[in-house]
This record gives sequence, structure tokens and C-alpha cells, in this order.
Amino acid sequence: MNWTLILPELVLALAGLAVLVGGVIPKRDSSFAINMAVLGSLLVAGVLVLAQGEGTAFAGQYVSDAFTKFTKLLVVAGAALGVLLALDWNVKQGLAKFEYPVLLLLSTVGMMIMLSANDLIALYLGLELLSLSLYVVAAFDRDNGRSTEAGLKYFVLGALASGLLLYGASLVYGYAGTTNFDRIADAIAATDTVPFGLVIGLVLVLAALAFKVSAVPFHMWTPDVYEGAPTPVTAFFASAPKVAAIGLLARVVAGPFGDMAGQWQQIIILCSLGSMILGALAAIGQKNLKRLMAYSSIGHVGYALMGLAVASEIGMQALLIYIAIYLFTNVGAFAVLVAMRRNGQALEKVDDLAGLGRTDPAMALAMTLFMFSMAGIPPLAGFFGKYFVIGAAIQGGFITLAVVGVLSSAVSAYYYLRIIKVMYFDNGVGALDARPASLSVVLAGTGLFTLFFFAFPGLFLSAAQAAVTALVG
Amino acid sequence: MNAAGFPLLSLLTFLPLVGAGILLFIRGDEAAVAANARWTALWTSLIVFALSLILWFSFDKSTADFQFVELHEWMPGFGLAYHLGVDGISVLFVLLSTLLTPICILASWEAVQSRVREYMIAFLVLETMMVGMFASMDMLMFYIFFEGVLIPMFLIIGVWGGQRRVYAAYKLFLYTLLGSLLMLLALLTLWFMAGTTSIPELFKLQIAPSLQVWLFLAFFASFAVKVPMWPVHTWLPDAHVEAPTAGSVILAGVLLKMGGYGFIRFSLPLLPVATEWFAPLIFTLSIVAVIYTSLVAMAQEDMKKLIAYSSVAHMGIVTLGIFALNHQGLSGAIFQMLSHGVVSGALFLCVGVVYDRVHSREIARYGGVAKVMPGYATVFMLFTMASVALPGTAGFPGEFLVLVGAWQANPWVALFAATGMILGACYMLWLYRRVLFSKLTKAEIKALLDLSPREYLTFAPLVVLTLWMGIYPSSFLSFFEASVTALLARHEAAMALPRLAGM
Repeated sequence: MNWTLILPELVLALAGLAVLVGGVIPKRDSSFAINMAVLGSLLVAGVLVLAQGEGTAFAGQYVSDAFTKFTKLLVVAGAALGVLLALDWNVKQGLAKFEYPVLLLLSTVGMMIMLSANDLIALYLGLELLSLSLYVVAAFDRDNGRSTEAGLKYFVLGALASGLLLYGASLVYGYAGTTNFDRIADAIAATDTVPFGLVIGLVLVLAALAFKVSAVPFHMWTPDVYEGAPTPVTAFFASAPKVAAIGLLARVVAGPFGDMAGQWQQIIILCSLGSMILGALAAIGQKNLKRLMAYSSIGHVGYALMGLAVASEIGMQALLIYIAIYLFTNVGAFAVLVAMRRNGQALEKVDDLAGLGRTDPAMALAMTLFMFSMAGIPPLAGFFGKYFVIGAAIQGGFITLAVVGVLSSAVSAYYYLRIIKVMYFDNGVGALDARPASLSVVLAGTGLFTLFFFAFPGLFLSAAQAAVTALVG
Repeated sequence: MNAAGFPLLSLLTFLPLVGAGILLFIRGDEAAVAANARWTALWTSLIVFALSLILWFSFDKSTADFQFVELHEWMPGFGLAYHLGVDGISVLFVLLSTLLTPICILASWEAVQSRVREYMIAFLVLETMMVGMFASMDMLMFYIFFEGVLIPMFLIIGVWGGQRRVYAAYKLFLYTLLGSLLMLLALLTLWFMAGTTSIPELFKLQIAPSLQVWLFLAFFASFAVKVPMWPVHTWLPDAHVEAPTAGSVILAGVLLKMGGYGFIRFSLPLLPVATEWFAPLIFTLSIVAVIYTSLVAMAQEDMKKLIAYSSVAHMGIVTLGIFALNHQGLSGAIFQMLSHGVVSGALFLCVGVVYDRVHSREIARYGGVAKVMPGYATVFMLFTMASVALPGTAGFPGEFLVLVGAWQANPWVALFAATGMILGACYMLWLYRRVLFSKLTKAEIKALLDLSPREYLTFAPLVVLTLWMGIYPSSFLSFFEASVTALLARHEAAMALPRLAGM
């Protein structure tokens, strides 16, 4: 029993409980202190992840390797940015309750368990811990009809997805005789023809995970939930949990079901094609920025899945690079959305950005970087993400994927440009409220990352390479 | 190291960015910021130009190899490197870019009054992209700079443009982006075939003819839009008309050359079989471009639009020359690109001069300008003559060489191209007559002042170059002599290979 291996999760979970108690006991409002405590524990967790050894624990339920290290660091960073984004917003909206950071922290524990899961049961536990926290934060603005609606919608559909996952997992267990990833892989390798029931099980598990990453055709909840949930919550949804779910998907298909690539590849290809096309077309007509970003995130998931679909090492590496870049660019763009506030009133229409180029040149510049990056224009970070995934598709001979990828990238450039157009070419109605320091920090950090990724890609590339080697073996 | 003893090309590429960075931190009231921004940008671009003159003096014209090479690791595991260098084909384009940037900044001295700092930043970023593109020896870097140009150009047209600027900016961006993305597919294919994107390494690649056709089409999608070739030229008149004067100058002077340069740098040496195979198509499109857009130019009421269409026609001559695939044609095409960069840039500046005074580009609003602005009329006359390729001006040697080359490839092509040149004389002279001569009746025109010293200064280098290129073209032709010879020799060798193999 090697319990020290799970130290990051352990410390984070205990810190969560301690912070929760610390929030309940004092009579006066302590949400700021709680936020800081949560940020501190995330930092500690990040350090522990870096220092974490490699191996398995709890009878093969839990695994730690370079892949978990890479994805967990992304998740912890995403969660910390999520806490930062909500810091000022929650105060201004009257939502400054200590439960918010605690829920984010617990969801992070869930994500980390998910990523380290080496067993269908552990996977389910992690996923549910994440999902339950997310259902609550989606409805966190509980007096707001749209927020409650978003929470309920997410819950009902999420419960359906969990059901699918469990059903699929039980089929896999039935036909493979085990829930452990390594032994599922052995069982599949030992059979000449894969039992049909196992294929069904795999399909159901994939469907549930596709729901979590909001890939077409399981994306329907995304625009509604993204629009309804409070903006910092949406920012969080679109960053850390998405990265975790994509990482989990990669582990599931590459690990236990690695020998069934022929079966799952078709599904992932269809999801990828559908997501790219829908993400490009559906966002064009959106007037609400959050809805637009929802469709844009669906599109990005399509690109990330392209890396998975080719089922090669370089594809997997491209996937990791893509989600890392997506995470930071996306958080940056959402920081702008969170900062959009005029006379104390939160704004979320595209047109509300009008004239930002004049009234707040720094933020407009940052947003321009994020938008050009998401559109995949070099030399910004987003270009390299697309470069590697499309390159992997071409190397694997998936020309259709590559061509659809570049065409939908050209289409989606239209709506990213529209945001830039509104900021610089249109005349605004007035300045936005001054943005809080926490958002400036996030904007500066993510903006510099987006701008200067081209100067130091080696770090990410080698980390991703190590992660993939650990995953594929 | 390289011939200069220090990383000259990196300096040329990134010094403008440093200038842009300094501009970001200028503080003060609006007028002070504007003035400081102008001077900072001007000095940055002048220093870059002065440095780039080292290329002119110490470039070794006797070899076709890349010179001033800089090679550093970038993404080692992926065969992607930071690789800069110039050969005879690219060196003059680098100089053209560094020359036109300070001219553009001077030309916008008074014309741009709002958001001066941002404007200057955009131009300096643009210079980085242009120089970097021509100096790249790595195809991924080439692509990054090639695409990166869109960001400042989109903003320049969209923020400081005319009435329909949003439409024009979108059109420019999306047209070019779609073409470039298809090129990206070709780039990725080549990357995996060769395991590297280093251009000299790619030249060693033998590509199957059937694949060459596809790759050629992908490159063609990008470069044809950029050149622009008929029928994908429609973004150009819109972009030119709406762009501010300096934007038009850079657009016509340098950005259009990227397409032609791309054909010479990639399509010809990498895809020899497909190049021969598609040459008739390119000839047809070029001839249509030359004749049709010349006719369209005649019908224009807007000065800038007229010159924009004339650009399409002139670039048609360039593509003709490139795909004639002989020494005269190719040299002529390169020379024509350089001279067109100078002359059409200057013509847009000429339009800008009267536009700044009258705020109209409509030809009918003018008439008899020569009487009140004699200096302007002289300058405009010189560039008009250069545009119609009068011997002794920059336009002549290029067009002449292309026609000679085209005649060798196919006399009919040369005949049609020459027809287009006659039409070119018609619309340019007619434009000149309507704007500069005819009766001076309008009160608004009577009150015009002749060129200011700043404007003379802006035109001076262009006037000198136009005459120099026309009277003694050898000092320019000698730069790319060796490279063109080597390029054609390699092409013939590549064409001989399959025949030897019994194809």
C-alpha cells in the first residue's frame, strides 16, 4: 500500500474539509480569507504534483505517471485561475460566499482522481465528485432564474451521462471480467475477436465522456449552461473540467481500449468532425458572448479530438499541446468577459465591447491576442495547437479531418474577427468600469503566454512528449 | 556566423518590434504621444533601413547560395528551426520592405491624426512580418510571417480606413486566410515527407508527380490570392480603396509581392512537374488578368480603384514571367515585382497627396491640378510613365524581359500580354489627363498648395529609384542573376529525371 503516492489529492481533500470548517465557524464574512486559503492549497497541490513519484497505488486503482503530472498541473492551474476570476465578481454580484472556492477545490480533487484513475470505479468516483460540485456552482446564483435553470439542466443531462457511463462500465466488466484498466487491456489483447457486448460498453463509456467534453452530438447542454451560469463559473467550466475530461478520454481510449482503436477511432472522428463544423457555423449568429464562447469551445474540442482520432503518438502529443494552449487562451478571453461591467451592471453581449479599443486599450489588446490566437493566426499560441493537430492528421493520412479542420478554422475566424471589429472599429457607448487587480493579473499572464508561446515551445513539447510516452508505453 | 559578423537579419526582423514595444510605453497627453510616436517610428524604421543597406553592399552576387545565414534550434524534436538567410531572389525584397516602411511613416505624418501610436505600432509590426517573411529559410517561419501580416493589415484597414473599411478588412482577411490555410496543409505534408521544414532541405525532396499536382493546387490557393490573380483578385480593389494611403503603399508595394515570391520560392523548385503542367492555366489566367482588369481600370471613377486594377494587370505580367520558365521571363518577373513595388507605391502616394487636400478620390472632382501644383504634376508624370513602362523608367526593363521570355514560351501569350500593356498606357494617360490637365474650373482645386518639403522628401527616394532602375537596371538584375540561373538549372535537371527513368 503506497498511500504517499496520492499525497496531492489527499492534501487537497483535507484542505477542502478544513477550509469548509473554517468557513462555517466564524460569524463574520470570511470569504476572502477562504479564497486565499483555497488558492494556497491549490499551490501546495501543484507543488506536490510536481514532486509526485511514479507508480500505482491502492491495488492498481490509482496511477501516477508523466501523463497525470502534465494534465494535473493544467487542471490545478485552471482551477486557480477560476478562483481568481470569481474573486471580484462574486463580491460585486453579492455572491461572495465561502462555499464557492471550496466547491471549486473539491471539483479539482475530483478531476485529479479522474486523471489518475486506473480503474472504472475510480474513474466514476472522480467524475461524480467533479460533476456534483459543478452542478452546484452552475446554480450558484440561486436567486437568478437563468442560473438555476443552467444548474438543473446540467444536472439532469449530467445524470443521464453518468447513467450511460455506469451502464457501459458494467458491460465492460461483464465481458472483460475486470474493471482495472491494465487487465481490461490484457483481456482485449487475449481475444481474437472483440465481444460485441464489450464494443457496446465502450460506446456507452465514450458517449458519457463525450458529454463531459461537450463534443457533438452530446453538446446540446453547453450553450444553455454556459449562458445561464454566472460568468466566472462558465469560465471555469470551459477550462479545467474540459481539460480533465479530455485527458481522461485520452487515457481511457489509449490505455484499456488501446487495442480496439479500430472501433473507437470511428466514433472520435465523427465527434471531431461534427464539433469542428458545428463550432464554426453555430457561433456565427450569436449575439451573447458567453453563448459564442460555448460554441467556440465546442469547436476547439473538435480540434483536440482530431489529435486523439488519429491514434498515434504524435496525435496524442498534439492533443496535449492543444488543450494546454486552449486552457490559457480561453481563461484569458473569459477574464475579459468577467471584467465587462458598466455602472456596476454585468454585460455579456458582443456589442457591449464596442469602443473598447479606445476606452481600455490594454484589455482590448489582450482580447485581440486571444481572439487571433483562437482563430489560429500565427505567431500566437493557438496557431501552434492547430499546426500540431492538423499535422498529426495529415501524417496519419486523415485528409478529410485535416481539410475540414482548416476550412472550419477559416469560417470560425469570421466570428473571432467580429469581436475585434466591435472593439476597434465600432463606436462605443462609454467606458467599462475599472477592472480589478485580480483580473489584470490573469489577463497579463495569459496574454503573455499567448503572445510568447512561439519563443519557448520546447518546454511544453518535451513535457507533452514525456506524458505521451508514459501513456502509450 | 555570417558575412556581416553579427545577426543582421534577426536585427532587421525584430528591431521594428523593439520600436513597437517602446511605443507602448510612451506616456503623456495625446498630442505629445502622437508626436513621440511619429518620431520613434520614423527613427526605428530609418535605422532598420540603414542596417539593411549592409545587405546591398556586402551581398555576394556571384553565388546562388543563401547568405547571412542564422540557424538556431527552435523545436528540435520536430525538425523546426529558427533559420534566416537571403539569396539573390529575396535580398532585394528585404530592401524594398525596409525602404517603403519609413516612406509610409512619413506619408502618414499628417494624414493620420487619430490613434497615432497604435497606427505606428501596426506599421512596425508589419515591417517585422515582411522582413521576416522574405528572410525565412524555414517554411514554418515563412508561413508564420506570411500569415502574421494579416493581423496588422486587418487593423490598419479596419481602424484607419474609409467608408466601407469593415467590409474591406474582412474580405482581405478571410480571402487570404482561406488560401493560406490550404497552403498550411501542403506545408504539413512536406514536413512529414522530409521530417523538416528547412527550405534548402526541402529542395532535395523528390515528390511523386501525382502528389505534386495536389501540393501545387494548395500553394496556388494561397499565392494566387495574394498576387492576386484573376478571378480571386476582387479583395484587392476593395482593400486598396478603403485602406489609408500608407496601407495601400505597403499593400501594393510589398504584400502583393509575397504571392509572386512564394511561387518562385516554393512552387517552382519543389514542384517542377506540376509547374510545367499548370503553366498553360497560369498563362490563361494571367492574360485574362492583364486584358480584363485593364479594361475594368478604364471604367473606374475612383483613382485608387483604377491604380488597384492596374496592379492586378501588372502582377499578371509577373505571373506570366515566372511561369515562362526561362531566364528572361523569371528575371523580368522579379524585376517587375521590384519596380511595381516602387512605382505603384509611389502612385498611391500621389493619390494620397491630393486626397489629403481635397478628401476625395473621385476623378471627376479634379481637373487642371497641374496649373496649381506643377511640382506634383512632374512627380506624378514620372510615375505614370513608369507605370506604362516607358523606356528609361523602372517599368520598362521588367515588362520587356517578361515579354521576351513569354515569346520564347509561346508567342501568342506574348502578343496578348503586349495588348494589355497598350491598354495600360490608355488608362494611365487618361487618368493623368483628367486629373492633372483639362480646364481648371473648380474653386476647390484652384486653392490647392503644391507639395510640401515633407512630401518632396517622401517622393525623392522613389523618384531616384524609378530612374535608376530604368536607366541602369543591371545594378538590380545582377543581384538575382546567379540565383535565377541556379533555379532554372535545377528545374531542368528535375524535369530530365523522370524522362531518364523511362516515363
